[in-house]
Amino acid sequence: MDQLTASAGAAPSIRPHDSKNIVEVDDLKVYFPIRAGIFKTVKGTVKAVDDVTFEVRRGETLGLVGESGCGKSTIGRAMIRLREPSGGTVRFDGIDLNTLKSGALRKMRRRMQIIFQDPYGSLDPRMTVGSIISEPIETHHLADGEAKKERVADLLRIVGLDPNYVKRYPHEFSGGQRQRIGVARALAVEPEFIVCDEPISALDVSIQAQVLNLLTDLRGRLGLTYLFVAHDLSVVKHISDRVAVMYLGKIVEVGPPDLVYSAPGHPYTRALLSAVPVPDPVAERKRRRVILQGDVPSPVNPPPGCRFHTRCWLYERLGKPENCRTIEPPLQVMTTDHRAACHWAGEALKTDVGIAHIDQQLVRRGTPEAALNLLKTGRATEVTEAELAAEAPAADTGAPL
Amino acid sequence: MERSEGDVSAADLPSIIDLAPDEARRAQTESVTASGTKRNADKLLEVRGLKTQFFTADGVIQAVDDVSFDVGYGETLGLVGESGCGKSVTALSIARLVPDPPGRIVAGQIMFDGIDVLKLSNEAMRKLRGKEIGFIFQDPLTSLNPTLTIGYQITEGIREHMRLSTRAARDRVVELLAKVGIPRPADRLKDYPHQFSGGMRQRVMIAIALSCDPKLILADEPTTALDVTIQAQILELIQKLSDEFGTAVLMITHDLGIAAGMCDRVNVMYAGRIVETGTVDTMFESPQMPYAWGLLDSLPRIDDIRGAKLRTIEGLPPLLIAPPDACRFGPRCRYARDICREDEPELTARAGEGHLARCWATEPGGWIS
Repeated sequence: MDQLTASAGAAPSIRPHDSKNIVEVDDLKVYFPIRAGIFKTVKGTVKAVDDVTFEVRRGETLGLVGESGCGKSTIGRAMIRLREPSGGTVRFDGIDLNTLKSGALRKMRRRMQIIFQDPYGSLDPRMTVGSIISEPIETHHLADGEAKKERVADLLRIVGLDPNYVKRYPHEFSGGQRQRIGVARALAVEPEFIVCDEPISALDVSIQAQVLNLLTDLRGRLGLTYLFVAHDLSVVKHISDRVAVMYLGKIVEVGPPDLVYSAPGHPYTRALLSAVPVPDPVAERKRRRVILQGDVPSPVNPPPGCRFHTRCWLYERLGKPENCRTIEPPLQVMTTDHRAACHWAGEALKTDVGIAHIDQQLVRRGTPEAALNLLKTGRATEVTEAELAAEAPAADTGAPL
Repeated sequence: MERSEGDVSAADLPSIIDLAPDEARRAQTESVTASGTKRNADKLLEVRGLKTQFFTADGVIQAVDDVSFDVGYGETLGLVGESGCGKSVTALSIARLVPDPPGRIVAGQIMFDGIDVLKLSNEAMRKLRGKEIGFIFQDPLTSLNPTLTIGYQITEGIREHMRLSTRAARDRVVELLAKVGIPRPADRLKDYPHQFSGGMRQRVMIAIALSCDPKLILADEPTTALDVTIQAQILELIQKLSDEFGTAVLMITHDLGIAAGMCDRVNVMYAGRIVETGTVDTMFESPQMPYAWGLLDSLPRIDDIRGAKLRTIEGLPPLLIAPPDACRFGPRCRYARDICREDEPELTARAGEGHLARCWATEPGGWIS
C-alpha cells in the first residue's frame, strides 16, 4: 500500500480513514494528454481534475455541481475507477482502489454503481430489459435460474415498473421509464454507493420529479449513498445533504445546501446562484445577475493563483488584490462543515450579491398544494396569509382546515 | 408516489384554492380566443385556429390543434410546455417551416403585421423570413454551417434582404457582432463556427436573427444547450436588444423560470392545445389549470426549503393521433370529474386581465373555483 501510494505521486500525508466516510478522495488528479502531429506526441495536458480532496459520508447525498467542463463527471468516474487517476488516491471503505488487482476490483465494483445521464445511449437497444438488469447479477454470480428471475422482477417493482416488462426492449419505453431501467440495473448488485451522473438532465420537468423522488425514496429504503453530479443548482439543492461546487477542476466551495445557498463564501458560487432562474416573476425582478467576463479559461493552462480571479467580480471590487493572482486559496472553514476556497470569503459574505432573489420566506407557487403547505407548516407570509384569509370563507364545500 | 396521510384529496381543496378575487370573477363565461381581443392594430402577430398535422404511417398526428393567440409589437410572449406539446411546431408553422411532407398546416390563419402569412407565395415568404422574422434555435452548432465563416453567414441575410453594398454590409455585421458582445468583431469575421464557444455561437445566432431589423424573433429553447451563467448572459442580451429595437419575441421554453423572468405573457401548451394563458404575474400568482399546478409543484426551486417531496404528474401525455374529445389532461389530473372525461373545456376567462384557462374545475361555478 505504501509503495503504491508513493508511485501514484500522492502527498505523503494522507488523512487516516474515518469509518463515517464511504469514499475518501485525496489530492485526486485526472489529466488527459493532448496529442497532435503524425507521431501523436503529447503537446499538453488537460487538467480536468486537479488536486481535489473531499469525502462522501455514509448514507448522505453529496451534490457535485458546476458548469460543463469543470470536471464534475470526471470526478464521478474516477471515484469508481472508470477513469484511472493521474495522481492522488480514492479510498472506498478505507481501501485504496488503485491497489486492487482486477479480481478484487471487480468484487469492489459490486459495491459501487453508476447511473448515466443519457437514458437512450446507456441501454443496449438489442437487449431486453430482463437481460439488461440480469447481466450484472450474472457477472457477480449473485443468483441464477428462478431466483434470478425473481430478483429482476423485484427490481422492476422497486423502480416502479411492471415486472411483466422483462421481455421488452428499451425503445418501447419513454425517457423516464428508461432511466428507471438504468436505476434498476444499478441496484441489481445491491450497491452501497451510486454515482448519479446527471440522471435527470435529459428528462421533461414532470418526469424529472418522478425520478428524483424515486432516487430519494430508494436511498432511504436501501440505505444508499449518492454522489449526485448535476449542473442544475435547484435540483442539487433539493436532493443533497451537502453540496460541492466545482470550477475549472477544483472544488471551490462545499457545505450543507442551506449554508452554501444562503451564505456562499465563494464569488463563483454567488455568480452561479445569481444566474438561476426562479419560476416567480416577483423573485425574478429582484434578481441581480453577476456578469462573469468572458468564458471559462482553458483547463490546459489554468490561471495562476485563484483560478477564478480572471472572471471574479469580487477581485475587481476589491481593487485586484495581489494574493488572488499569486496564491492558490485552499478550502477554508467558514462555519462548521462549510468551506470555501477564497482569500476574501469574508468580504463576499458582507454582500447579498447573487442571493438577493433567493428568499425562502417568500416562495410563492400559487398552486393549491403550495397554499396548503403554507398553512400546514405555518410558513405563510403576510401576503399569502391575507390572501388565504380573504379566500377561505368563499368555499362552497366545507373543507376541513 | 403514493399519497401519504398528510396529503390532501381534491375534495379538501376548494376553499383555499381560490386565490382569485371574488368580485372580478363573476364576469364572462363565454369562450374567447387566447388573446381575448378581436383584430387589433397593436398586434404584430395574430394566430387563429391554427392546426398543424403530421401525416405518418401510424396515422395523423395533430401536433398543433386549434391554437389561437396574439403577440403585440415589442412584446415577449412565452410558449411553455413539455416535449411534444406542440410549442416548437407552432413556431415553425408561423414561419411556414414545417417539414412537408409529413407535416402540413391544415387550417387556421396567421396574420403577421397585416399580412396573411399562409396565403403568401413561397418567394414572398422567403423575403418575410429572415427579414421580418428572425430565428434563434436551441443548438447553435447545428444551426450554423460549419464550412462557412460566420462573417459570410451573417452577411448572407443582409445582402439578401437589405440590398447593401459589400462594404456597408460588412460594417453592419461588425456593428452587430459588437452589439451582441463578441470581442474584436472585425477580426472574427473570418472565423468558422467551431472557433467559437457555445455561448459565443449563440451570440452569433442572435446577430444573424437581428441582422435585418426583424419585427419578431422566434426563439426556440435558445439557451437549453448552454450553461447557467452563459444562459443568463444570452437571455439578458435577448431582452436588452429586443427592448432597444422594439422587437417582439416568441420565447419557446420548457423552463418556467425563464418564462417568469423574460416574458410579458405566457401561453401554457399541453397536447397540442393552449391550456392556459395570461400575464406572467397572474399566471404564476394564481394559475388556473391543474397541469400548470403540476408543473410548478414538480419543480425543485432554488429558493425553496429543502426536503419537501416533489409533487409529480403521473402518467404520460396522450398520443396526438386520435385525441379524445375530452380534457386532454384529464387522465393525469387528480381533480378530474366525469365531465372532464366526457367533454373538452374551452379556454374561458378567469379573474385576471386576459387570463384564460381550459379547465372545468376552475371555471366560475366549477368545483375548484
